Amino acid sequence: MKFFEDLRIGERRELGTHTFTAESIKAFARRYDPQLFHTDEEAAARSHFGGLCASGWQTGAVSMRLIALGNQRDIEALRASGQDVPDIGPSPGVRDLRWFKPVYAGDTISYALEIKDLRDAGPPGYGLVVSETTGTNQAGELVYSAQGAVFVERKRNRKG
Amino acid sequence: MTKLFWEDFAVGQVNEYGRQLVSAEDIKAFAAEFDPQPMHLDEEAARATLVGGLCASGWHTCAIMMRIIADGFVLNSSSMGAPGVEEIRWLAPVRPGDVLRVRVTVLDKKASQSRPLLGFVGLFFEVLNEIGTCVMTSRTNMMFARRTSAPAGASV
Repeated sequence: MKFFEDLRIGERRELGTHTFTAESIKAFARRYDPQLFHTDEEAAARSHFGGLCASGWQTGAVSMRLIALGNQRDIEALRASGQDVPDIGPSPGVRDLRWFKPVYAGDTISYALEIKDLRDAGPPGYGLVVSETTGTNQAGELVYSAQGAVFVERKRNRKG
Repeated sequence: MTKLFWEDFAVGQVNEYGRQLVSAEDIKAFAAEFDPQPMHLDEEAARATLVGGLCASGWHTCAIMMRIIADGFVLNSSSMGAPGVEEIRWLAPVRPGDVLRVRVTVLDKKASQSRPLLGFVGLFFEVLNEIGTCVMTSRTNMMFARRTSAPAGASV
């Protein structure tokens, strides 16, 4: 992540991939979403999903992990080259979160993020970055998308 | 308790579920796995951020909300999941020691045109802390099997 002024609408970044193992699906679900189609292979096979699949909240949480790790890499690169590092603030929320298809055990999801809007909103010294995150499975099918938002520090916040 | 089907949700109905304590350890463990940012990982580093202290990842609050409603009514229903969420708003930070509960309002109901065995229920969720501050709201359409479609003893 760069300072707010350096971001452009249409900028896209590949966030990396994540493989959803049966173990990780069941571990997340036992804790947060213990519906049988997320916790039990046999019950899942009999359900309308036809097989064990991840809680949609896990699919979303993994997107956050990859976004945060990407931001960390940017910050380390800026620091390494002796540049100022923007503060990345909290998020006011998410819109139009869609789970288009189940994420089944063994699926590998490729996540990407594209900046959709840059708004004058938020606390002084910050701007609001609106972006779309997508997840695509190994067959090339879109399984997830969401419109996220986050407050990012402006460069001029550092001056004077 | 009788299992809830699509027919059992009444527009305007309001219910409250759960009391879930959120500890600093919970916040940091979730963040280490899913949202490794200073405001969610470390008390000291969090003090220097906009939120001014350790707080839960918004995705963690979503997951806690899911668990509360799962135990509250979803596990005892014909839930078939949800195709998405229209809106999630993170309104206030969730701090260590907060005790969360969820208020659920039934906004509307719609039979599925293409799939006669199920229907949609529009739900509004408010996540409240122990002093009644709303920390998060969310709006979604959940899918439930219809009672008329369920053969005796069937489960979804």
